[in-house]
Amino acid sequence: MSLIELRNVRKIYEVGTELVHALDGVDLDVQRGEYLAIMGASGSGKSTLMNLLGCLDTPSEGSYHLNGNAVESMDDEELAGIRNKEIGFVFQTFNLLARTTALQNVELPLVYGGMGRAERHKKAADALARVGLADRARHMPNELSGGQRQRVAIARALVNDPSILLADEPTGNLDSATSEDIMVLFDQLHRGGNTVVLVTHEPDIADHASRKVLLRDGKVVSDTRREG
Amino acid sequence: MVLDENIRVAFTALRANLMRSVLTALGIIIGVAAVIAVVSIVQGLQHMITGQLENVGATFIQVVPKQEFGGPGMVQHQVRLTWEDGQAILQHVRNVGLITPQIFGQTEVKYRDRQHKPFVLGVNSDWPDVNKFNVDRGRFFSRLDLERRAKVAVVGTSVVDDLKVREPIGAEIYVGNTPVTIIGVMEKKGRALGFDYDDMVFVPFDSALNIFGRRAADQVQLQLQATTSESVDQVKDDIKRLLRERHHIVGETPDDFQVMVQNELISIYSKILGGVTAVVGAIVGVALLVGGIGIMNIMLVSVTERTREIGIRKSVGARRKDILVQFLIEAVTLALIGGVIGIALGYGAGVLAVKLIPGDFPAAHVPLWAVAIAFGFCSLVGIVFGIYPASKAAKLDPIEALRYE
Repeated sequence: MSLIELRNVRKIYEVGTELVHALDGVDLDVQRGEYLAIMGASGSGKSTLMNLLGCLDTPSEGSYHLNGNAVESMDDEELAGIRNKEIGFVFQTFNLLARTTALQNVELPLVYGGMGRAERHKKAADALARVGLADRARHMPNELSGGQRQRVAIARALVNDPSILLADEPTGNLDSATSEDIMVLFDQLHRGGNTVVLVTHEPDIADHASRKVLLRDGKVVSDTRREG
Repeated sequence: MVLDENIRVAFTALRANLMRSVLTALGIIIGVAAVIAVVSIVQGLQHMITGQLENVGATFIQVVPKQEFGGPGMVQHQVRLTWEDGQAILQHVRNVGLITPQIFGQTEVKYRDRQHKPFVLGVNSDWPDVNKFNVDRGRFFSRLDLERRAKVAVVGTSVVDDLKVREPIGAEIYVGNTPVTIIGVMEKKGRALGFDYDDMVFVPFDSALNIFGRRAADQVQLQLQATTSESVDQVKDDIKRLLRERHHIVGETPDDFQVMVQNELISIYSKILGGVTAVVGAIVGVALLVGGIGIMNIMLVSVTERTREIGIRKSVGARRKDILVQFLIEAVTLALIGGVIGIALGYGAGVLAVKLIPGDFPAAHVPLWAVAIAFGFCSLVGIVFGIYPASKAAKLDPIEALRYE
């Protein structure tokens, strides 16, 4: 069984009186441990696809099974639970909570998962150590560099041991040297057994992945694997 | 989501906009401060008044002459209430245990070269038992002293201090021009409502008539104790009937005297104080409403400002309920902070007001129930006016919220 199984997924928005087919019959299978890049121009439907994969939204038609769970029929509460347990988001703009320490930011998914304080602290500290920021636990986001902030965000995504690490243009707000550092971190996480899905329009970022899926007009137009 | 985490988040958010939070809480602060200030003063008053009245007991009855002033052109009715009326009451009314006349006035008192002007009361030997106010040293004057027209006096502690009488029992003082010997010193009672209960000199009723003049005998107050609290109403009715008869008041003509029982005195004060409390309660209701609307307003602003934060929280697994509770707790925290500041300010205002009122005013007294109600109402205001912004936050679409700039 695939980790991600999309079958004939459509997402239709109503914009004014017109219907927009953001996704127009997408089939996609992702296996556990894969390193996938979803590429496409703006308007190709890759953001919509990422929202669906991240369980922030449900398809208008078709089915989506994540880790065996039928996501398409879930209500808001169940989706929140899936996001908490199965998905680790990494955003272009980091999306850390202001006035909240790095450690507390990383703890956030555990808080909503209902974990006790002591265990939460320990797991969050471990996650920060995995991204090399053990010594920045007490820092506020505004006291950290862009690269450090993204590492905190990655630690937050990892902390609940999700099924997928879902990164939306994770280097879009970083300079090229820092971008490279972050991508090296993703490579390490992938080698450590994590399933990583990158959403990007930058070919050199996508090159880190072992599989590239190209979207155009809401359809998958190519799906290529790199050997080795 | 865990409660302590929610409270931490609420405080972080409120501290981040400290000035705004305080200004928002101002409505609540003013409302709560007003209620606590008034309650503290009213409760202090009530505490003291009921304490004083309860002290003399439920069987205490007082009869006072009622001055009737006629309209223009009408002759003032000459009111008389005499000790003879009192003796008649003792003779004819059942269940009257003790009775004393009382006349009083401020009169010069001298001891050696010292002078002082205390209240001088002319009473008989039942006065300490009727008023539950006894001698501490020496003795009160007896029936025998009254019959013998003994030149004696019993003084309060303030008089002893003021006249610098080192050994009061046996000391000779002048009340007006009458020399008397001190035979007792009253127990210390303290001050209340500007009146010093220790600044009094008691002399036998007849001596007081000599000091104040014979006319004073027509304007006597009568204080008595019914034998049981059940008989108070009967005693009151019988006194009315007897005095109307003795004063030749017939038909619809109103009494020229007033019979007051302790319960009525308490209920009169309670009514006044209750009225004050009710008016303040209404004002506070309005203040809390205004404060609540302020909280709702600022919470709506806060939800909009923090749309992205809500999106982030939802993306990592916060459910609607978690977001709802988070913003509700923030609103309640805001209201409760207002409540705490309000209680502190109100108590301070109460204490200050008591200090500024000239004379002796009872100490401000904040009962626990008032604090509890203040907190209860603040929580209620926080919940009622926080629920709409909080549910708005909870319903936000995570995708839209994450995209919000």
